[in-house]
Amino acid sequence: MALLEVENLHVSVEDEDIEILKGVDLTINEGEVHAIMGPNGSGKSTLAAVLAGREEYVVTEGSIRYKGEDLLELEVEERAEEGVFLAFQYPVELPGVSMTNFLREAVNSVREARGEEELGAADFLKLVRERAKLVDLDPDLVKRSVNQGFSGGEKKRNEIFQLAMLEPTLAVLDETDSGLDIDALRTVSDGVNKLRSDERAFLLITHYQRLLDYIEPDYVHVMVNGRIAESGDKDLAIRLEEEGYERFQREPAAA
Amino acid sequence: MSTSETEYLENVANQEYEHGWRTDIESETLPEGLDENIVRYISERKDEPEWLLEWRLKAFRYFERQVEEGNYPDWAHLDYERPDFQDMRYFSAPKEKASYDSLDEVPDEILETFERLGIPLEEQKALTGVAVDAVMDSVSVATTFKKKLKEKGVIFMSFGEAAREHPEIVKKYLGRVVPYTDNLFAALNSAVFSDGSFVYVPEGVTCPMELSTYFRINDQNTGQFERTLIIAEPDSYVSYLEGCTAPMNQKHQLHAAVVELIAHEDAEIKYSTIQNWYPGTKDGEGGVYNLVTKRGICEGDRSKISWTQLETGSAVTQKYPSVILKGDESVGEFYSVAFTKGHQQADTGTKMHHIGKNTKSTIISKGISAGVSNNSYRGLVKVGKNAENARNFSQCDSLLLGDQCGAHTFPYIEIGNPSAKVEHEATTSKVGEDQMFYCHQRGLGEEEALKLIVNGFCQEILAELPMEFAVEAKELLAIELEGSVG
Repeated sequence: MALLEVENLHVSVEDEDIEILKGVDLTINEGEVHAIMGPNGSGKSTLAAVLAGREEYVVTEGSIRYKGEDLLELEVEERAEEGVFLAFQYPVELPGVSMTNFLREAVNSVREARGEEELGAADFLKLVRERAKLVDLDPDLVKRSVNQGFSGGEKKRNEIFQLAMLEPTLAVLDETDSGLDIDALRTVSDGVNKLRSDERAFLLITHYQRLLDYIEPDYVHVMVNGRIAESGDKDLAIRLEEEGYERFQREPAAA
Repeated sequence: MSTSETEYLENVANQEYEHGWRTDIESETLPEGLDENIVRYISERKDEPEWLLEWRLKAFRYFERQVEEGNYPDWAHLDYERPDFQDMRYFSAPKEKASYDSLDEVPDEILETFERLGIPLEEQKALTGVAVDAVMDSVSVATTFKKKLKEKGVIFMSFGEAAREHPEIVKKYLGRVVPYTDNLFAALNSAVFSDGSFVYVPEGVTCPMELSTYFRINDQNTGQFERTLIIAEPDSYVSYLEGCTAPMNQKHQLHAAVVELIAHEDAEIKYSTIQNWYPGTKDGEGGVYNLVTKRGICEGDRSKISWTQLETGSAVTQKYPSVILKGDESVGEFYSVAFTKGHQQADTGTKMHHIGKNTKSTIISKGISAGVSNNSYRGLVKVGKNAENARNFSQCDSLLLGDQCGAHTFPYIEIGNPSAKVEHEATTSKVGEDQMFYCHQRGLGEEEALKLIVNGFCQEILAELPMEFAVEAKELLAIELEGSVG
């Protein structure tokens, strides 16, 4: 059984008559790393948002099955508890909410859902230090408010740090590479590579092939105009970098 | 906004009051209505010296004039029916005895009341180092730890006792900071105040424990008019906290307190309030009118007064704990969280009046509104013409939960000296869908997420509360936010 099965997914924006996803099919198995590339406005980030359960998107047709269950039936926090993690393209600031409190609540709510015991303060802090190291995040940042006053790079690293803390089954990274300089990109990629495992699948959403120089995907999909236009291995990404997306955009969409 | 979030916020807004029970004790209550005889009766019942009666009567006459002339303070952003001063009672006391010498004498029912409020008067409090004075309706029930305080020379007792035992101090300071001519409610309080707390910290003494008073209105249709007077002699320090609750009543109840603080040279007074009076039903019936005058004076050089308040109760709140910065280099602070939900209305803030040189004030106000409530900040920063180098920093943040509530900011600035530096920052934000979504994506439910965000919003203020009360305050906020309960 596949971990994630997206079938003929059609998605519109709430209150507007605009269809963004026009029949997406995607299957991800445990332990696989998939990359979705595509031009601006092709629907990549919408797919990520729908997987996480963002409400302003309405699924009009098709299905998403996750671990064999209907994912669309689950609330946002239930999906998180079931191991769906979204690394945000624009991480949100929570003024006055300390990273420590936020993370402890998050970790324990996910652990509780998995039938694990709550982490005590000492174990929690140990885990924080260990996982912060993975993405080279200054552990002092954990004392600050969530994402407040973080630099762009720190925010992105903080997302991967949270990924490491929450140990999801399906991690969706929405343009985590955007806005990162080359060193930060390498750090973030190293973190992700260390987190790869047979039980954990990744869906990387990106504009650029350069991320895939650091994180080698098993599959690459090209999304154009709300559909996956072509799938292949990592060589497809290299070809795209050379040829651009134009070829796909010119082709008439298949029904 | 998602359906579940809307529902949750509605639950928050409609949640019933937790402290709405009434203690069944016999009480001695005056009939409704107010005239000179009532004032005389209260004074006599309290065994007061003649000068205090005279002062009350002057205040009463002033009050009557204000009513006749219609000088009702109705300029705030509040909409409610004026209380009918002839349709309420002005004195109510637990019947058995007006004051108690030891806890053994206090009737069990009263002790139970305070137990239910989570205020054990017994030995447990010794461990937390808190001395408690409890005022039920109009009479001070028990003051614990008198002895320990006495060793240090700190006087902490009910106002009534103080008027009898330390008339020279009371006479010297009563009405110094809030004269009865200040406003209609201050005049009313001065005429009919029944009890309250009195604190005197002698020169050079740091009060060895947090002092705390719990006020509770118990009887129906009774106004509560307590009066608090705190005097910190040179180079002394005291931290004082008041908490308040009331049972659910059909009719509105009036709470018109007066608090006066006097800080002499190098002295510091920290005054914290956790106000949780009954806010009325979710349809806006009943609830306490909390119309209070609180003011402190930094009399001496380098003195400091700090107000911290967490306001979650009352149908209507109008109060502006203020500081007169008379001494050179004196410091005034105001930290406030006001949470309104249902039909609650609050118009609260502060006045910082800079008179001395190099005086400094800080104002941080956080308003949170839910339901169809209205929450206003109103503050005045006034710099006198001789107040060289006055500094003020003001920050007013409002947080809206839902889309039917209101947040308003009314800052006033009057500068009489060109060397003043005054900064004002204000923000209004809605608990964003983005913030909620971010929390949900990390596995947090509606309630957890909202608590986290609201607590984060108030963090700076809660940090100002004395440790043992900060925990209480967080719990109170959590209860206020709980959707499923009640």
